[in-house]
Amino acid sequence: MTDLSVQFTGVTKTYPHFTLSDVDLKLPTGSIMGFVGANGAGKSTTIRILMGLVHQDRGAVEVLGHAMPSQQAAAKRDIGFVSEDMRLYGPATLAWHMEFIRSIYPQWDALYAQDLLRRFDLKPAQKIKGLSHGQRVKAALLLALARRPRLLVLDEPTTGLDPVARCEVLGELMAVLADEERTIFFSSQNTLDVEQISDQITFIDRGRIIDSADKEIFLDRWRRLRLVLPPDTTLPRLPGIVQVGGSSRLPVLTISRFDPAMVAACQEAGASVQAVDSMTLEEIFIVNVQSRREGAIA
Amino acid sequence: MNSSIVISQSDGRPMYLQIMEQIKQKVAVGEWLPGEEIPSIRAMAVTLRVSVITVKRAYLELEREGVILTQHGKGSFVAPDPGLASRLYDGVLAQHLQQVVRIGTTLGLTTENLVDRLRDAEAHLNAHILEKETL
Repeated sequence: MTDLSVQFTGVTKTYPHFTLSDVDLKLPTGSIMGFVGANGAGKSTTIRILMGLVHQDRGAVEVLGHAMPSQQAAAKRDIGFVSEDMRLYGPATLAWHMEFIRSIYPQWDALYAQDLLRRFDLKPAQKIKGLSHGQRVKAALLLALARRPRLLVLDEPTTGLDPVARCEVLGELMAVLADEERTIFFSSQNTLDVEQISDQITFIDRGRIIDSADKEIFLDRWRRLRLVLPPDTTLPRLPGIVQVGGSSRLPVLTISRFDPAMVAACQEAGASVQAVDSMTLEEIFIVNVQSRREGAIA
Repeated sequence: MNSSIVISQSDGRPMYLQIMEQIKQKVAVGEWLPGEEIPSIRAMAVTLRVSVITVKRAYLELEREGVILTQHGKGSFVAPDPGLASRLYDGVLAQHLQQVVRIGTTLGLTTENLVDRLRDAEAHLNAHILEKETL
């Protein structure tokens, strides 16, 4: 047994118009990773490789101790997967689906399933084709959760959900984490959701991982400094300046490796520090992507 | 135990600070008593729907400040210090006073000015309370 539920090492996959390059990922057991990226950044390709649905050209993928894709049958017994394009059988009822999954997976937890039906406000007798988008997502999630998988892999679970459904889904995901042996990997475009429930955060852009860290470190490292610079002074050279905005007299520095000593350094250089602002994950993500695309971060 | 802590997305401060502050308030007002067991890190994370790592950070900092204790395998407890509640209130007072001094300096007020203003504020508050009671 390893204490990593997912490990990617140098994973590369080339398509005619898109390349996933050298992806490294480490997801510790018992934690939840939010995987953030714009459309077409490589989130779904990464998830498909994780699930063994797409085979990597190069690199090693290990999921729950099994090499992917070669040992995917063994790994999948313990993975619950929900994706946006998941097809449930339209003419059949939710109860039919529950019975179907129960017949395949011996660890199906009928009590938990009943509980989820109530909490998600779903009716087992309803046919899938009559469900709204939100109900469909919740139904797919119920079918995955009630199997009590050790690893949950969710491709955009909250996209297109109304606020109430989003809250229910996030709450259920957190409830899964009450058990230290369970792990969640979820992709999202919604940085608020990711910021709220993730332990680990990974940003992907244009097929490359651009940042991956423990959330608290992430939020601690990024700061925006608002300075007042007297006419004949110059900005101090600080490590990790990602963006310089504002005007020449009132510069705004975005820093990716903030250290409280930087405030003193600015003051020594003659600048007065007006504010040291923390940033939301969304702001960090956007600056990170923009500056990398401009080539500012080496 | 119902945690009844509220995380605000629009608060602007990091979530771990919000958790810390509300736990301190619970201890300060005596809702959580010295030595009492408090929810585990994971249980708190599940009820608040925030990541385990965020709650862990809040608990670690509270431990550093001597507000709670976490014993491995046993759980987390309010520090068994009977003076804790008043110490926490004192900390809040000190913070507000520092802020008063800072703003006073910006406005060019002397210490005497500030003391007068404090008396005014007290008189104002007392008058306000009296007014409410007579209504």
